[in-house]
Amino acid sequence: MKVEEIRQMFPALSQEVYGKKLVYFDNAATSQRLSSVIECQKDCALGANANIHRAVHKLAVEATKAYEDTRDAVKSFLNVGSRDEIIFTSGTTHSINLAASCFGNAFVNPGDEVIVSESEHHSNIVPWQLMCNRRGATLRVLPVDNDGHLLVDLLEGMLSERTKILAVTQISNVLGIRNPIERIVSICHSKGCKVLVDGAQGAVHGGIDVQETGCDFYAFSGHKVYAATGVGVLYGKKELLEAMPPYMGGGEMIDHVRFSGTTYAPLPEKFEAGTQNFLSVPTLRPALEFAQEVNKDAEVQARQKEIIDYLLDKLGNSPEIRLFGVPRGTEEKIPLFSFCVEGVHHEDLALILDKMGIALRSGQMCAEPLMDRFGVTGMLRASIAPYNTMEEAEYFVKCLDKAAKMLRA
Amino acid sequence: MKSLQEVKEAIVEDFSTYDEWLDKYEYLIELGKNLSAYPEEKKTDDRLIQGCQSRVWLDSEVRDGRIWFTADSDAIITKGIISLLISVYSGRTASEIYGDDFGFITEIGLKENLSPTRANGLASMIARIKTIAEENL
Ligand SMILES: Cc1ncc(COP(=O)(O)O)c(C=O)c1O
Repeated sequence: MKVEEIRQMFPALSQEVYGKKLVYFDNAATSQRLSSVIECQKDCALGANANIHRAVHKLAVEATKAYEDTRDAVKSFLNVGSRDEIIFTSGTTHSINLAASCFGNAFVNPGDEVIVSESEHHSNIVPWQLMCNRRGATLRVLPVDNDGHLLVDLLEGMLSERTKILAVTQISNVLGIRNPIERIVSICHSKGCKVLVDGAQGAVHGGIDVQETGCDFYAFSGHKVYAATGVGVLYGKKELLEAMPPYMGGGEMIDHVRFSGTTYAPLPEKFEAGTQNFLSVPTLRPALEFAQEVNKDAEVQARQKEIIDYLLDKLGNSPEIRLFGVPRGTEEKIPLFSFCVEGVHHEDLALILDKMGIALRSGQMCAEPLMDRFGVTGMLRASIAPYNTMEEAEYFVKCLDKAAKMLRA
Repeated sequence: MKSLQEVKEAIVEDFSTYDEWLDKYEYLIELGKNLSAYPEEKKTDDRLIQGCQSRVWLDSEVRDGRIWFTADSDAIITKGIISLLISVYSGRTASEIYGDDFGFITEIGLKENLSPTRANGLASMIARIKTIAEENL
């Protein structure tokens, strides 16, 4: 696919900001929406707008079908064995909170341990802290090295029969390096420790095969893979989900409700309490289809690699720039670059580059422990999608230089 | 000393000469760079203004019935903004500051043109200045 062809599919990209062409480099925070996603949501709202699973009328049947067909699309996207293992949530954060809370209630006892990595998003730290506090367990941290690689060699020594679960990101939203998930899963499983993978970034860049990887849980958000906001997915192995108590109580998640006691619906409804986001869930279908297509497309991948190499060179070899997440080879890196410019505050740069039309992320990026690890108060981040061009990357490098000069002068 | 009103009008006038936002930033950067040095030992948590992406410290002192502000920030544009605020409000009486509506900030377009996180920071800076005035009424 040509880049112009892809750009045509994302109507928001053609807008101007402050009279300049928009250069959207904040894709790791949220991607732009596909026109097919926008259309899908509109069609649901105008056509099959009815509450799902409940009524027998035509609209309800259609809405339910759109929703449940999406479960099949997710099933094939992650290569999940059974539909029952896919739970729709509001996003990665919801998915991880659900998993942490219910897994904790089922399997974590006082004196047990949970491991997270040092490079986790707050969404993959705080839910575990909350659960550990509630269950009397201890949270331990797997560190990263100076280049941003997880110190997986330390993992085996950290595991014991008390370690119940490890939560790790497939790709950090700050470092942009692919973590060796299969190796981590195999080490953990050899010691009886379960693994949750935060796929918020990983689902976008290559996705995952959960059966091949063997992870026990996988979480991702729709809005980062071109779908509508407010939807996400939690994959969980059936035997674990079945052993876990429900997260929220309410409509749809029940079998029978009596004041003497309630029985719960089978999977996956057990974890889908209340009215679901039936207008947005179906947008995952066109979105995941597009994500799979670009991930397979040799032309798109070659173009992304060229941009990665270019930015690795410009940001990685400048004496004034400190790049975080330095890969051993391009294949390890996604087009996501967090960095600091010597003597210039990240926020100043972001403000000036914004006026030049470039949307970047600045600050702690929801990973304060990682900021502390590198001794900085924040960073600047450029994250790139298949619709971004080499010209945009070059314009960004030029503007970054100009802005830094302006701030230093 | 010029009146509060005169100082504010002069700033609005200054800003109106810049069409481009980059020029307004240049102006703020200049202000930031020219802000007099702020002692390291006063960069304490109680002087830190919450709600900004960058760190901003504001210190005040009452002399001859007037409030004198000093400030610093690790980001230069923020430093320019706090410098601008100080240039207007430092050396005024508590009731003058407390009674002011800070409307000139909107007039120069600062509020709308800063990102919401930054606009928050600006709101926090103004709130802190007002609180200090209120405490000295
Ligand atoms: C690695 C990672 N984990 C978790 C999240 C949280 O995702 P959401 O805010 O969509 O729940 C993000 C998004 O910022 C992320 O990048």
